Amino acid sequence: MKKVLVFVLVLLSLVTFAAAKYRIGVAIPAADHGWTGGMVWWAQYAIKQYAKDSTLEFTLVTAREPSEQVAQVQTLLAKGIDALVINPYESAPLTPICVEAFRKGVYTVIVDRGIESEEYNTYIAGDNYMYGYLAGKYIADKLKGKGNVVIIEGIPCSINTERVEAFKDALKPYPNIKILAQQPGNWSRETAFQVMQTLLTKFPQIDAVWTGDDDMLQGVILALQQAKRDKNIVLVGGAGQKEILKMIMDGNPLVQIDFTYPPNMIATAINLAVMQLKGQNLNGFYQKGMPRKIILSTETITKENAKDYYFPDSVF
Amino acid sequence: MHLRDILSKYGILFALIVLVLIAGILSPAFLKVENITNIFWQTSYIGIIAVGMTFIMIGGGIDLSVGSFAALMGALAIQTVNALGDTTSSVILSILITIAVGALLGAGSGLLVTKGRIPPFVVTLGAMAIYRSLVLNFANGGVYMSRSSKYSSIGMMRVLGLPVPMIVFLIYVVVASIILERTKFGRYVYAIGANETAALYSAINVDRIRTATYVIGGISVSISAVLLSSMMSSVSSSSTGNGFELDAIAAAVIGGTSLSGGRGTILGTFLGALVLGVINNMLVMLNVAVYLQGLVKGLIIISAVFIQNLRTND
Repeated sequence: MKKVLVFVLVLLSLVTFAAAKYRIGVAIPAADHGWTGGMVWWAQYAIKQYAKDSTLEFTLVTAREPSEQVAQVQTLLAKGIDALVINPYESAPLTPICVEAFRKGVYTVIVDRGIESEEYNTYIAGDNYMYGYLAGKYIADKLKGKGNVVIIEGIPCSINTERVEAFKDALKPYPNIKILAQQPGNWSRETAFQVMQTLLTKFPQIDAVWTGDDDMLQGVILALQQAKRDKNIVLVGGAGQKEILKMIMDGNPLVQIDFTYPPNMIATAINLAVMQLKGQNLNGFYQKGMPRKIILSTETITKENAKDYYFPDSVF
Repeated sequence: MHLRDILSKYGILFALIVLVLIAGILSPAFLKVENITNIFWQTSYIGIIAVGMTFIMIGGGIDLSVGSFAALMGALAIQTVNALGDTTSSVILSILITIAVGALLGAGSGLLVTKGRIPPFVVTLGAMAIYRSLVLNFANGGVYMSRSSKYSSIGMMRVLGLPVPMIVFLIYVVVASIILERTKFGRYVYAIGANETAALYSAINVDRIRTATYVIGGISVSISAVLLSSMMSSVSSSSTGNGFELDAIAAAVIGGTSLSGGRGTILGTFLGALVLGVINNMLVMLNVAVYLQGLVKGLIIISAVFIQNLRTND
């Protein structure tokens, strides 16, 4: 009886193995604010694109904290995967397990947050420096080098710091631009609304506001409308959230520009893993292998090109 | 009323006054009428939840689900208005439906605690995960947007120059205070939290009273969710309500509510919520450096309770 069972199990595993030639594990943080929600949506979107391809099998896992993600990757490795696409929840805690995957010969793609080791196959990320710098440059140009600026930043972390420093770098050549306040809005509409409400009471003249992302920008817009100060102010958010893109597309005078930090980089990373497993190389590259490091450019969105970035079905 | 209660009440009032004075001296803009109404406004939705939490905690329970519960109720209100159309009657109907569902879910938690004999920590921790997961699932991780301008205007409306959320908050505090401190039901809530066995022997229906505190909690969460979601004209399935449970419990505890039940007042919770609101507002007004905000906040909370205890021990 036992022998029969083992035989059936072996047969079953052979069948599934034959059906799916390549197994890809995708590990990302759970949706805890708009942008991560966008990443989860894009991961599902990319996987759906391959639904008809029976040689591919995907496992998507989302984690609420680093230790949970480590456990998930361990499970994926135990299950057996050929490629791992991971957006590490935090760098240090996820490093050992990513290295382990790499050493086991799993094709490891690290997305956005790097690990503290060079033992991986490919790294793909957004450009945090330009994300902050371009916003600062735009505000300086719009204010013609003179005015009062407020910064509402995201949750304190290294990504956020890099962006804010870059924003300030861009303002350095303009001594007449004054940063009135720099406060955290925690990437939340509600918090940004409250912070802006308070800052509007304190400062009679605010010429420009930069928020770390478009979620917070929406909170700021609500506060401005409520205080009836939504005129003659330069507003810049970031990351290309669909409601803000709609405003830009419709020619709303409040918001005229946005800068990308695309959550769909996860979809690109999944495609990279698939191409690698299938032995395809990047179009236009003479080299056979995948690039080791890819930094996606921060793209500028204006009224003219907003429709190319607008995905009404996406959640972000 | 016990002398102890009165003293602890004044203790927190004293702490609040000191805080306001310090903030006012360091930044004169803090004392502007506009800023003071803003603080009440910004405190309102956590404050209303904290009022419900006070009933639950005095009755010997706890509710960790309030944050995701608020997100779920806000999403329900928005989706109902969107489905019914942009009319005054559909807005009123949606709010009533939301409050009714909130009360039902509260009753569910209460029954699991009382009849199911599951510790409140476990029930509401489970509920927290379930509610958040439902909110995320229906929005696919995205945002619930209100398409009704009538609904969105409630949270931003002003009556007699005061923001509606602030008015609702103040009325709710008065009503809750009367229920808790002037009715038989209120006395029973204190009794079951202070000594359950004694309450049982006094022929108090402990299970029913305790379940009722969770119903009040659910209603509070619903009212808060309506205000918050109409104010923002949206609910983010991933971030709305995150951390509300800590703020609400903190407001109650700073205001003198006992974590082990039997002690606490609505006025205390009201002042406790204001202390938290003043701190948050102050950090922005004084432009406190991002990384140090937690330090300042923590120190103020601990000192506020410390001052209170000093007065109580006199």
